[in-house]
This record gives sequence, structure tokens and C-alpha cells, in this order.
Amino acid sequence: MNPEGLRPDRRAELLLGALVCGVLLFVLALVVFVFREAWPSFAHNGLGWFGSGGNPDQQIEKIFTSGNLLQDPVYDFHAWPIIWGTFLITVVAVILSFVASLFVSVFVVEFAPEWIRRLLEPVIRLLASVPSVIFGLLGVLILVPFIGNHVITDGNRESVAYVVSLSGYSLLAGVLILTLMIAPLMVAVFVDGLRSVPRGWLEGSLGLGINRWRTFWKIGVRTARPALVAGTVLATARAIGEVVMLAMVTGGVAFAPNPADGLLFFVEPTRPLAATILQTAEELTSPPMRQTIFAMAAILLFSAMMLSIAGWAVKQPMKRYGVRS
Amino acid sequence: MSTTVAEAPTPAPPPARRSARDSSASWRLSDRLGLAFAWFLGLGFLVVTAGIVLYMMVQGLRYITPELMFTSPAAGFSESETGGFLDPLLGTVIVAAMALGIAFPVGLGVAVWLSEYARPTWLARVAESTVEMLAGSPSIVFALFGVLLFEQGGMGFLSRTNDGVVLGRSFFAASAMLSLIALPLIVANVREGLQAIPGHVREASYAVGKTKIATTRRVLLPAARPSVVTGAMLGLGRIIGDTAIIVLLLGATLRFAPAGDIPLIGALKGTGSTLTTFVYANAPTGEANQPTKAFAAGFVLLTMVLVLNFAVDVAVRRGRKWK
Repeated sequence: MNPEGLRPDRRAELLLGALVCGVLLFVLALVVFVFREAWPSFAHNGLGWFGSGGNPDQQIEKIFTSGNLLQDPVYDFHAWPIIWGTFLITVVAVILSFVASLFVSVFVVEFAPEWIRRLLEPVIRLLASVPSVIFGLLGVLILVPFIGNHVITDGNRESVAYVVSLSGYSLLAGVLILTLMIAPLMVAVFVDGLRSVPRGWLEGSLGLGINRWRTFWKIGVRTARPALVAGTVLATARAIGEVVMLAMVTGGVAFAPNPADGLLFFVEPTRPLAATILQTAEELTSPPMRQTIFAMAAILLFSAMMLSIAGWAVKQPMKRYGVRS
Repeated sequence: MSTTVAEAPTPAPPPARRSARDSSASWRLSDRLGLAFAWFLGLGFLVVTAGIVLYMMVQGLRYITPELMFTSPAAGFSESETGGFLDPLLGTVIVAAMALGIAFPVGLGVAVWLSEYARPTWLARVAESTVEMLAGSPSIVFALFGVLLFEQGGMGFLSRTNDGVVLGRSFFAASAMLSLIALPLIVANVREGLQAIPGHVREASYAVGKTKIATTRRVLLPAARPSVVTGAMLGLGRIIGDTAIIVLLLGATLRFAPAGDIPLIGALKGTGSTLTTFVYANAPTGEANQPTKAFAAGFVLLTMVLVLNFAVDVAVRRGRKWK
């Protein structure tokens, strides 16, 4: 090859490499600036930021007004109810969705008749791409009134009337819709993983006289574990970051649902981190409030990064026997 | 545990391949319950999705009128005064075009580099995990970073400015940040398409004297077109479905509020809204609270998503299977 022929190729490689570096620098800047902007809020509160104490909504209001009146900025913020709400919604939705998705993907890959499979696959893709406002709208107009009118009784309302008012906007509504939203993401990844289980492994088990269900469950699902982890991580990330739907259906008060209330705590309102950011977004003009909002964003970003790393770490030992990541 | 009751009615419809060995009638009860549960959930999925789509379609068709789509929103007290959603509809189109205009070339470039060059290796690994992290990051964080970025004095030319204070909310700002949520999808799909092309195709191209970049442009990318289209369409779907970034970075004003006098640039520098924020504002929890209009706008939004999905299906079906 003559050097003239190589030159445009080299140039293209450098150009594309520069583009990649640009994207990397942009993401690095994103992380650095979000954390830098968030720092004052963490610095003032220390670990108390994550603790409980007082009502976050009142604290937010104080922080906001202190910034606007040019007084000494107030940073006092204890986000426990918000973090607890985020945690509850995410964990319950991911667990429910994991179980459902696993069964659905096993069904799609191995047990569904051809015509159902042909129908189900595009339907799952479709469900994954329905915008979250639409889920929110349906939740607000159908699920929330249903919970408010039929699940919650007047007796329930009175029993917690002095702490919080129950209206149907609740943890339960958020969890149910979120489960429906993240399940298609999980199913898509699970199905890919289950499909790539070598046929011979399954046939070996079938040849030993083990029935199809048990074979698929013991060999197929176990082999596809890296895909299960990957799908779960993806869906959890989406669940943590879900904003609009949760802002619409969970009630919009920073209340920590109390497990001591028994089953009733599922219908208590709450508000997760991302939804809190959305609802306080108009208060970005006040410097201390802005730093508090960025602190919440920093927590979200940090969890997303940790999740990514945790998923990678969990997959490592599985890779030896698994089919693919 | 050996409850092998042969004459009990099958709890689930029989699986696809029927033979004496495959029939679930002889299985343990726990296995049969599991299978029945899988059937139940699989069909449940179908029913729920069909329910959601049909409900939105029915409600949407009930409330949508042509005037609604071609009049601008207005402030008012009754439903007849508040106009339609022409501006949000155009806003969605503008934002989608601009964001994809940024995300597509960048995503294509990153994917080509990751798949075809990827040297040095450490940089490739860093880039790979960064893109993966972007895919997992909440869009609200991007939105907040966008606020930070576009309020800088130097970014004043991209949004409205009042006495040197930069507003930082404009179509430019929103599109730039929306492109970030489409980027990982485009990169992942294009890369997958490129990697599915076997090595001998590249070697054949090198053998007739083509350079690597020429091979990529003339041979590999055309061959991977279905994946490229899929990535772009999925990215587009995410862009038009996003609300958080629009609320924070587009200002979510009902009508276009152009900044400056230059016709097109002024509008893009100004604020506006999209269908998603229109639905959000018109839901019972929003400021406007007119569910009928929310349904009509949601119907249009869902139709767009359905069309995109159909496009993906066509692209996937056209996809070539390499041997």
C-alpha cells in the first residue's frame, strides 16, 4: 500500500477518536460539575443529609426563601423520606418485575405457540417505547381513583388522618405502573440471553428424561444468568431515573411510608428523588435551593454509576459458565 | 410430591409441540403450576398492552378534532378558550429533528470507532463503559447539567438574554441534552450491526484496495443499515417521549416564545413546549388540568410512537442474516 492511500484512513481514525474523546470529556464534565454544584449542600449537612429529621417539604421552602431574600443561605436538609420513597418504589417494582419478566421470557422463548410468540414480541417492544407521561396519565385517571375509591376504606383514612391524608395517590400506584414500565426492558434482555443458550445443553437434559419445564428452568435460566443481571441492572437504572410518571401518581408529598402501619403503608403517598427534582425545578433560581437540587441529582447519578459497576462485578464470576453478558 | 395424576384436566393449554413426552399432563404439580403461571403472565402482558393502547385510542379519537391540532394553545378558563396543541406538536417535531441531528452523527461515529478501530484498547474500554453509564443515567440529571451549562455567559447566543443574564432555556439547549439520551441506543444498535458482519466481508474489500474508512462507508454501513435505522428510530422514540428535559430546558411555555427578531433562529432560541409537557400540564395533576386535551395530545404522541415502532419492525425484518 502506498502512503497516499493510508493517509485519509489515518485521518479518519484520528477524527473519530477525537469525537469519542469529546464525548468522554463531555460526560466527565457532566459528572464533575454536578458534584461540584452539589457539594455545599452535602458539606453543610454531612451525613445528616441522608438522615431523617423534620419535613423535607418545609425544609425545601426554607432553603428556597433564604436564597431569595439575600439572607444567610440555609442548607438544612434531611432527605430520608425522599430516599426511603425512592428505595421502596424501586426495589418493590424491580422485584415484581423480575419475577414477571422471568416467567414471560421463559414462556416466549420455550413454551409459547408460534403465533403467540409472533404477537408477544412486538407487543413487548411497543410497551417499552410508550412514553412515561402516557403511563402517568392513565395512572392518574384510572389507577389512582380506583385505589382511592375501592382499595382505601374510610376506616383506613381515619386511622392515619392525623399523619397523612390518603387519596389514592400512593406508593402502590407508583409501584404497579413502574413494574409495567420496566418489565419490557427486562424481558427484551432476558429473551436474548435465553435464546443463546446452546440447544445441545437443553437436549442433554431432555434426553435424561427431565421434563421441558424443569430442563429449561434448571439449565436455560441458570446459563442465562449474566443476561438476567444485565436486564435487571438496566431496568433498575430506569426505575431510579423515572421522573414524570412517579411525579404524577405518587402524591407529591415528601412522606416516608411507615411499614408499622401494616399493609396500609402501600397506599400512603410519597415522592421519590427524581420526582422531587422535577417538582422543585422552578426553584433553581435560589442559590442554596439550586445546590440542594443538584445534591439530589448527584445522588441519582452516583446510584446509576454504582449500579453499572455492581452489575459488571456480579457478572464477572458468572461469565465462565454463562452464555454472554 | 409425586402427584402425577394423569386424568386431571391440564391447567394450561398444551405447549406447541405435542407428543406423549412433551405433554405436561405427566409433570409434577409444581412444574405444571409454573407453566400455567407463565401462560397467565404472557397472556396478561398482551391483554394489558392491548388495553392501554386501545383505551388511549378510544379516548383520543373521542376528543381529538382537527381544530385542536391546528390551533395554538391559549390561556383561558374553559376548554373552548384554551385552544389546541399546534405549538406543542411542532415543538415535538423540532426537538426530535434537532436532537437526532446531533445524536445520529455522533452516535454513528462513536459506534464505528468502537467497532472498527478501538485503539488504544484502554480508551475503547473507557468509552464503552461510559456509553453504558450514559444509558443508565436518569434524564433529569442531564436536564440539570443542561441548566448549568447553558446558563453560562458564553452560551448566551443559544438562548434568551436579559441584561447579560442568560436564561439558558431554548430549543437548542433541550435538543443538545435530549441527544444524550438517544446516543447510547444509537451506539449500541449500530455497533451490534457492524459486529454482526463477518470478517471476510471486510477482507474482501481490503483485497480490492479499499482503505478501512472507505470499507466502512461503502460496504459495512450500507450492510448494517437495518441496525442503523433501528438505532435511530429507538433513539427518536426516547427523544419524543422524554418530559423531564423539556420541562427544565425548554421552559414548557404553552406557545412558542421566540427570542430576538431573526425568524427561525429566534424561535429556536426561544422557549416552547412539546406534546409530552402538554400532556403533563393537562393531566389532573398538572397546572392546566384538562384531561380531554391531554387524551387528544397523548393519542397523537402514541400514534407517533406506534409509527416509529412499526418502522423498527420493518427495519428488523429487512435485516440480513449473515452466514
